[in-house]
Amino acid sequence: MSATETASGMEPVVTETRRRQPRLARHPRGRRGRHSVLLSVLMTVMLLYALLPLFWLVVNSTKTQAALFSTFGLWFGGRFALWSNIHQVFTYNNGIFARWLGNTVLYVVVGAGGATLLATLAGYGMAKYDFPGKRIVFAVVLGAVAVPGTALAVPTFLLFSDLHLTNTPWSVILPSLISPLGLYLIWMYASEAVPTELLEAARIDGAGELRTFLVISSRLLTPGVVTVALFTVVATWNNYFLPLIMLSNPRWYPLTVGLNSWNAQAATAGGQAIYNLVITGSLLTIIPIMAAFLYLQRYWRSGLAAGSVKQ
Amino acid sequence: MSANSLPAAKPAIVGSPRRRRPARGRWAGWGFVGPFVVVFAFVLLAPIGYAIYLSLYRQQLIGGTTFTGLSNYHLALTDPRLWSSLRRVLLFLAVQVPIMLVLALLAALALDSARLRWAKLYRLSIFLPYAVPAVVASLMWGFMYGSQFGLIARLRTFFGGHFPDPLSGNWALTAIGNVVTWEFVGYNMLIFFSALRAVPGELYEAAELDGATHLGIVRWIKLPALRVAIVVAVIFSVIGSLQLFNEPNILQPLAPNTISTNFTPNMYAYNLSFAGQEYNYSATIAIVMGFVTVIIAGAVQWYGRRRAA
Repeated sequence: MSATETASGMEPVVTETRRRQPRLARHPRGRRGRHSVLLSVLMTVMLLYALLPLFWLVVNSTKTQAALFSTFGLWFGGRFALWSNIHQVFTYNNGIFARWLGNTVLYVVVGAGGATLLATLAGYGMAKYDFPGKRIVFAVVLGAVAVPGTALAVPTFLLFSDLHLTNTPWSVILPSLISPLGLYLIWMYASEAVPTELLEAARIDGAGELRTFLVISSRLLTPGVVTVALFTVVATWNNYFLPLIMLSNPRWYPLTVGLNSWNAQAATAGGQAIYNLVITGSLLTIIPIMAAFLYLQRYWRSGLAAGSVKQ
Repeated sequence: MSANSLPAAKPAIVGSPRRRRPARGRWAGWGFVGPFVVVFAFVLLAPIGYAIYLSLYRQQLIGGTTFTGLSNYHLALTDPRLWSSLRRVLLFLAVQVPIMLVLALLAALALDSARLRWAKLYRLSIFLPYAVPAVVASLMWGFMYGSQFGLIARLRTFFGGHFPDPLSGNWALTAIGNVVTWEFVGYNMLIFFSALRAVPGELYEAAELDGATHLGIVRWIKLPALRVAIVVAVIFSVIGSLQLFNEPNILQPLAPNTISTNFTPNMYAYNLSFAGQEYNYSATIAIVMGFVTVIIAGAVQWYGRRRAA
């Protein structure tokens, strides 16, 4: 029995469900229900809870350091200082913030990009090929999902430190390259989205395996790949523990570790409190990731469905 | 819509790919899986092996590194600081995870009920915090909790001092739980919502013909359909709780007296390594926590499957 069957065999009902899904689109459920005021009120409370801190962040990034302490937190007050705060964020300490931004982009492009590529190739290989040792790969990858990633961070640091990799971009990029969840999502996606008949037709026509993948399969896999890319981009953009451990030179910090070092500065003896920069820097850190997130969330949801339902 | 973006699956291809394997190149699959496996071995398997190796040794100022067998494990299992941190994350797990998942479940059911106007707005807004880095989430909530220019400070003056300081004493764990709930309630909501969308439409039609009420449909159709998704969400949340690090570590400067260096097992392992240079013992704790996580996550999965049978 192949590993694909093992995985989907756990939930045979799901395959059944999938097949019927096109019908579901024609039958939107609960048409008879009327809009419920109670539900709207309850969901509005949750919406406010979700948005309140973000609103707070926007409001307070317009304040000067002094106004932060003297005005009410949830409304604008004092001089409108957003532009000067942004200017200060980018000029403080010789413009180290721009450097952190560049580092984050580097870690995201190479780390998340590489993770998506490796997971796509491997997930496709698991779904569409049988090869010696496949069951071992399946068992080990599944086991690795259960092992806590952050618990491994300290041993990884110790190993990298012996190899003189710490304090280099590699120490952050290399561990980001592995996404067992990404492999799993592509695997499940490829089993359904890439018809084996199509691959066989390509083989009969004499196309090599790699060429078949590049020309035919990669196109069919695109929605799944976008989902995995989003997962890995958010994970690397927001990565904190790993770079915190691996890097001691601020010039290699990503935004997350850099912002926290600015915040911690106030607590150190003789350190200058720069909360206005921490707050404005936080806002600047989340704007790109939120824009990407909102723009691409429709792909995200479809892939999430594949992952959550099939597991 | 999840249903529309998936290509219509042909049942035939879900079956065994083995039969149709190309005659040439039994090893062709390795070409695709190989690169992942190589990096995987280097960044995941090697550190696990290295941690096991380290945990069997002890480094002393005099005498250097000596093999000590399982004595580090003996030390860990009798270490009151590890136990108190473990008890703390287990308490966190027992309280925060159910609250977060129940909220996520209710929100997903509301989104799926077709009785909510502007469902997409709610869905996106509640999911949005997932994109916020833990660092920024903790900093924002930390500032709001803070007594200097926080909102809580305002509330305290308003309520005349009867309002507790969220970063003092027993409240710190609650304050951290709130940050974690804020970050992940939307993510879990979306997992549940996606699973609900996969329920075949005819089930609802049949239920309507039988005169089922809304609550009846939730009880007999929707909740059973969510079983797998709930097990998955519980496992992810259990792993997340046992690994708790970012939020308490970032809030620590605000509450240095409450959030100790061994507040959670992960913070303990981190501080042993980076403040104490006790690498061997730190590696031991990482291994112990790995075991604890695998056991608890495995138990959740076993329980979920047994209920299914």
